[in-house]
Amino acid sequence: MTLLEAHDISVEFPVAGARRTLLRAVDRASITIASGEIVAVVGESGCGKTTLARALLGLAPIAGGSIVFAGQPVDPRSAADLRRLRKRVQMVFQDPFDSLNPRKTVFATLAQPLRAIAGVKRADRRRAAARLLDLVGLSPGETFLDRYPHQFSGGQRQRIGIARAIAVEPRLVIADEAVSALDISIRAQILTVLARLRRVLGLSYLFITHDLGVVRSFADRVVVMYLGRIVEVGATEALFATPAHPYTAALIAACPVPDPTAARAPVSLQGDVPSPLDPPKGCRFHTRCAFVQDVCRRVEPAPTAVDENRRVACHFPRHA
Amino acid sequence: METVLDVRDLATHIATDAGTLRAVDGASLRIHAGEAVALVGESGCGKSMTALSILRLVRRPGRIVGGQALYRGEDLLALPEERMRDLRGARVSIVFQDPMTFLNPLMRVGDQIVEARRLRERLDHARARALAVEALRTVRIASPERVAASYPHQLSGGMRQRAMIAMAVLSRPDLLIADEPTTALDVTIQAQIMTLLAELRRELGSAMLLITHDLGLVAQFCDRVYVMYAGQIVEEAPVARLFAAPRHPYTRALLRSTLPVDRRIATFSAIEGQPPSLIAPPTGCRFAPRCPEALARCAREAPPVVAGEAGTSARCWLAAEVAHDAA
Repeated sequence: MTLLEAHDISVEFPVAGARRTLLRAVDRASITIASGEIVAVVGESGCGKTTLARALLGLAPIAGGSIVFAGQPVDPRSAADLRRLRKRVQMVFQDPFDSLNPRKTVFATLAQPLRAIAGVKRADRRRAAARLLDLVGLSPGETFLDRYPHQFSGGQRQRIGIARAIAVEPRLVIADEAVSALDISIRAQILTVLARLRRVLGLSYLFITHDLGVVRSFADRVVVMYLGRIVEVGATEALFATPAHPYTAALIAACPVPDPTAARAPVSLQGDVPSPLDPPKGCRFHTRCAFVQDVCRRVEPAPTAVDENRRVACHFPRHA
Repeated sequence: METVLDVRDLATHIATDAGTLRAVDGASLRIHAGEAVALVGESGCGKSMTALSILRLVRRPGRIVGGQALYRGEDLLALPEERMRDLRGARVSIVFQDPMTFLNPLMRVGDQIVEARRLRERLDHARARALAVEALRTVRIASPERVAASYPHQLSGGMRQRAMIAMAVLSRPDLLIADEPTTALDVTIQAQIMTLLAELRRELGSAMLLITHDLGLVAQFCDRVYVMYAGQIVEEAPVARLFAAPRHPYTRALLRSTLPVDRRIATFSAIEGQPPSLIAPPTGCRFAPRCPEALARCAREAPPVVAGEAGTSARCWLAAEVAHDAA
């Protein structure tokens, strides 16, 4: 069942010091998330992945597009619609230390959404908060309730961030680089918690990350973004095995494989990402693409289904 | 093989309100001429502090309290500051994770590249400029004149890191220390920078000490590796050997928890708990509280460093038992 359907979402920001100039950070991005599904959005700095996620919560200025959540249309300009949406969609951030109030105990942090959004009565809040901590693997939960954020390690703080997100019983959790700052031994702990919560609570995740290793083992589907555009969408295994867009292929090839017997991939992408203020005409990737043809410089490729699970925006997709 | 750097029993402490933090606690490592050596470990294990100590760049409240760092037989930790300044940046140089913390925002990139050189020798303006442009060309910058005339903030992260590398290799050092040189960069830029470092190393014949948390970079770009945990080196091995037959349980656990891009891992394997406090580290093995293979003695007695075949060693009681059984 489709939980979220976002169609042709665009986000524009005013540019400081330049009147009437708008930076289009996300350009006509469409994305669907099924109930219980983990969808990863990948791409490099400035590709628009975080902005797209924030736009889905009304936290970025949407210039166009439509959102349907659990069958209900959501008007991103309506405060009432967004309030309703935020009860069902929660965020987990990269740095749990920045997103937790250092002066609040864990209980106070969790009690706030329990009271304000989930409507849990005062008498029940401690028990509910303790149960949340148990769910994220901080158990027994009661023993952690009266501590402050600085008394926890980075991994434990991220568990608290997750507990806060699930306090309102959301259907969808947007995780924005939620495991990127963690060491690999701790990262696996957090991914295990997230996988268990999906199973137990039936959660869906929109998983924003630059770490393709995590994506391959954690996500069901992958959305690849470049300079504000979605260039490819596909089921995880198929997308990694046979990337259709040259950018997807280059991104995967650039990740060092922890295997000394594997051949080192030649550097396939030269130069930097162009400025999003003045994106290249035609295909935005054409300035760095090894397979560029004349048409790529003139005509922007439309996202096209190459099979039932794969959509790619490229004039000359590979493996097609 | 010729040894460029021989670090023996290095100890660097940091004074904190809660007590003395033993950031580096008796680390020994050796780098041969032309070799790429990785020092790998997780946050706070002491790997960056080791790099800074070798070049005597530790700032208060940190302090080097013991050990030697022999560069071609000369102990860097005991040299007069003047002699150290001659070596630093010239024979042994360093590239940091974030060039912005190192580059002067008010100075043109070209001037910064040759600044240290101008302190050591007389260079007229035209010669200095030509040298900077040449250095930027060495790091494959397509428009070196433009970059030389730019200020750091006008460059992309990848470009700044190239400029930093240009500065580091200007005097053709014997040893380049790269402290997480690509951690702040996107993965496609990381691939460019790591490949550049590998090529430069070949061209100049320099050795490299790569400080990293990324086992992928270790596998793809290094010859030998030291694994660091809680201020100590726990394993040493040629790279192929470390990945094929890791001897320390921490290394094994680290490899199991790695999520590679080339295959799907069905079950996530975490290391339970977290690294110990370095203010009051465990008396026995520092990894024992998290070790799935720990023996009773591991919690009581600090393990010995057990040498194995093919230039490997492991700081582990299990490795000691295996070695004992084999003998």
